[in-house]
Amino acid sequence: MSERLLTIDNLSVTFGGLHALKNLDFHVDKGEIVSVIGPNGAGKTTFFNMISGMVEPTEGDIVFKGESLIGLDPNQVTARGIARTFQNVRLFANMTILENVMVAQHCRTKQGVFGALFNTSGFKQEEAEIREWGEKVLGFFGSRLVGYRLDQPASVLSYANRRRLEVARAMATKPEVILLDEPVAGMNPRESEELTGLIGQLRDEWGFTIVMIEHDMGVVRDVSDRVVVLDHGETIAQGSYEDVSTNPDVIEAYLGRPAEEAS
Amino acid sequence: MSAPMATNETLPARAALDQEWRKVVNHGLLLALVLVFVSLANMPVSLDSRMIIEPMLSMGYLSLLWIPVVMGFIVSSEKVLEGIAYHAKGAREVLAGGLVGLIGGLGLSLLVVLIDNFDLRDPLVNWSPALLDLLQFGNGIGFGVIIWPVLGFGLGVFGGALHIFTAMTRTIVGWVLGAVLGIAVFETVIIDLLTERLPFEFITDWFYFIRGGLSQQGAVTAALIGGGLGYLRVLAQRGVVPTPVQDYKQLVGPERTRANTIIIITCGVATAILPLLLGRITNELLANVGLFVLLALGLNIVVGLAGILDLGYVAFFAVGGYATAILTSPNRGDSWPDWVPQSHWFAALIVVILLAILTGLFIGAPVIRMRGDYLAIVTLGFGEIIRLLFLSDWLGGYTGGAQGVTNIPGVDLGFVEIKGTDPRAIFYLVAVFCAIAIYVSWRLEKSRLGRAWMAIREDESVAEAMGINTVNVKLMAFVVGAVLASFSGAIFAAKVGSIFPTSFIILVSIVILVVVIVGGMGNIVGVIAGAAVLIGVLGGPKQPGLLAEFSEFKLLIYGALLIFMMLKRPEGLVPNVRRTRELHQEEFLQDAWLRSQVDADEQDGAPSGEVAPA
Ligand SMILES: Nc1ncnc2c1ncn2[C@@H]1O[C@H](COP(=O)(O)OP(=O)(O)OP(=O)(O)O)[C@@H](O)[C@H]1O
Ligand SMILES: [Mg+2]
Repeated sequence: MSERLLTIDNLSVTFGGLHALKNLDFHVDKGEIVSVIGPNGAGKTTFFNMISGMVEPTEGDIVFKGESLIGLDPNQVTARGIARTFQNVRLFANMTILENVMVAQHCRTKQGVFGALFNTSGFKQEEAEIREWGEKVLGFFGSRLVGYRLDQPASVLSYANRRRLEVARAMATKPEVILLDEPVAGMNPRESEELTGLIGQLRDEWGFTIVMIEHDMGVVRDVSDRVVVLDHGETIAQGSYEDVSTNPDVIEAYLGRPAEEAS
Repeated sequence: MSAPMATNETLPARAALDQEWRKVVNHGLLLALVLVFVSLANMPVSLDSRMIIEPMLSMGYLSLLWIPVVMGFIVSSEKVLEGIAYHAKGAREVLAGGLVGLIGGLGLSLLVVLIDNFDLRDPLVNWSPALLDLLQFGNGIGFGVIIWPVLGFGLGVFGGALHIFTAMTRTIVGWVLGAVLGIAVFETVIIDLLTERLPFEFITDWFYFIRGGLSQQGAVTAALIGGGLGYLRVLAQRGVVPTPVQDYKQLVGPERTRANTIIIITCGVATAILPLLLGRITNELLANVGLFVLLALGLNIVVGLAGILDLGYVAFFAVGGYATAILTSPNRGDSWPDWVPQSHWFAALIVVILLAILTGLFIGAPVIRMRGDYLAIVTLGFGEIIRLLFLSDWLGGYTGGAQGVTNIPGVDLGFVEIKGTDPRAIFYLVAVFCAIAIYVSWRLEKSRLGRAWMAIREDESVAEAMGINTVNVKLMAFVVGAVLASFSGAIFAAKVGSIFPTSFIILVSIVILVVVIVGGMGNIVGVIAGAAVLIGVLGGPKQPGLLAEFSEFKLLIYGALLIFMMLKRPEGLVPNVRRTRELHQEEFLQDAWLRSQVDADEQDGAPSGEVAPA
């Protein structure tokens, strides 16, 4: 049994009268790839927002490596090793591609005003390291984000490349767990197939643990060790892809259609 | 691009014509309104004493005459977008310009008749015989009524005709006008530069009339010089003569670094030599510009880099000024215990820096968690609070209340004392601190901290989710900005010798912000250019500029300029690449998209029928 990284216990959140999440229990072990699926508005993104500290839960506890994350600011959560991407791609559009991944290493570096002003050897070394790691994570996507692209603003990227840069930026924070919010949304089949392969590599070669929200059932089937199904803020099923996709509750949640066909 | 002669074919001809007429009448009426407003704001009369070309054209008349030209041009300018049928310009545009000018001129004629017949001096203080006389060119009512429509028509025609000039003609006309106006406006500086230490009286005698303004021969020479330069510019655009700016922009790597080093050294040497050639008044002007450059560079870090709209920036300037004053002057408030020494300026500066940091943290801490408008309003409040504290009875024993602190000594360097009576020395002092500020801005911008500031400016929540402690990082911007402003305050205190709460009114914050916006947010060169243009030419909140006659209208012009810049060139005079991109997203993205289409075809061989690669 591998090490338990993230445990979520009886988590609830309400927005006004709306129960976005209700008594949610969830856990991730080191090296797992867990998919979170569910119909639109099921509360999946809210679930990520909660883990990353952007939304305070009304009840319950989130424990990461034995430490509660409740009450921490998003930057503190990231510093502890949980990075995320955004469903609606939120890059720093006017910063260059390289700067996007450089700035994401903020919490892993420490040089301040003094080093910058006096160009100390510590400063130079750290800058070089930041750059090197930045280029390394960008290189994960082949030649798409490197070379002449490094110094182009993120806003010129194609949609698929922006999604890739989102992932690279999360990787740049040197996390243990990466939360991917619909990483292949808007990609064509060829691109999403490629990214599916890369998600596997993220775990196998880079050692990241992955929690992924995804609507594309093909992708979910191919990469997930385990699937969690949310509906109306509640977990309605949990288990392997095969178990979940034949679960009658899940089929009902997807408006009576089998989950496989919904993809 | 070929220009099809397509007028609005979709609309019936009548309706199209109606629309055109309405446009002309609207612009004409607007022009009339502006002309009457400018007249009643008394610009023509109070600027009449400043000559541009003796004896033909004064600044007063110019304040009216340029407007029909611009309006005549604007009425027929339209946004040309790629792919939309482009309508060729011709006689119609010239006529439209003329008609707009005519209607505007009629507005002034009406004003002439009204002033002649009614006395409205009571609500309108500038409803005066002097204005009437000026509007009639001293030639009686009949002349006044007829001349304006004629002049308006002529100027409007000129404005409209700008559309049908070739690019070359337009460039040359622009340069001619620019040169004449520039040489006239910079009269004081040019005369000072050429005659104070250098023996070039014969040049200035040629150009300028004794009592000010260009002589006619001077104006012609200036026009010729402008024309020549404009022609050179045209040749440069055609690639006949070299284009240093373009060439520079194309440099990369070590060559660029070397070019930069040369530019920096040249600027440094020029800054060191220039004051030696100049006299008191011009040096004073430069010193004022320098103080504002320092302030603007500081605010640029806060607003331009970190995107925190601080409207109370004057607070830090005030803290620097007051702290220096209190620590160096024998004449400070009486409540100070003896152990607070009366110290040397540099010793005081250390305390000033510490105080600035504390104030930065003190003001920053409560406001930093707010965003956008709320933050702006609260900082505005803090700016006033600091000033009112200095003014209050409560602190009056320490700060002198409304009497302020007087007798502030200069900066004693041992061999020389830098003080306000020697503006040249003050300028050198300011220049040194400006150099420090430039260095700080430049280093920080491309450091870890600078990147974090930019990320926060782009999207604060995402920056936070990417591990940036936004509170600390923003506080840092506040503190760095505060320290730079306090430098300016410290020099200001030594320069003016006495400071009062009224030296630190809200207007100072606003002016610094306008300097940053007009110059080009986030760009060091832009900020310096902005300060030179606004503070140098128009003047600061209390400091006269080159056009001292403008002081009355300074705020009006600041406001107009700000509105104009926000609408037409939000990236500022010298734009920062990044901000230009941000503000012209559409065009930029369109270009980028076209390029990426070409890319995609090459790389993936993806099907894409829309754009054929060249
Ligand atoms: N900040 C908020 N304030 C109020 N309501 C919110 C907020 N964020 C989310 N909600 C609501 O919570 C519910 C769950 O939203 P969420 O974005 O988590 O759904 P989702 O499962 O990610 O859906 P999708 O598949 O469309 O991305 C929705 O009804 C949404 O309107
Ligand atoms: Mg979602």
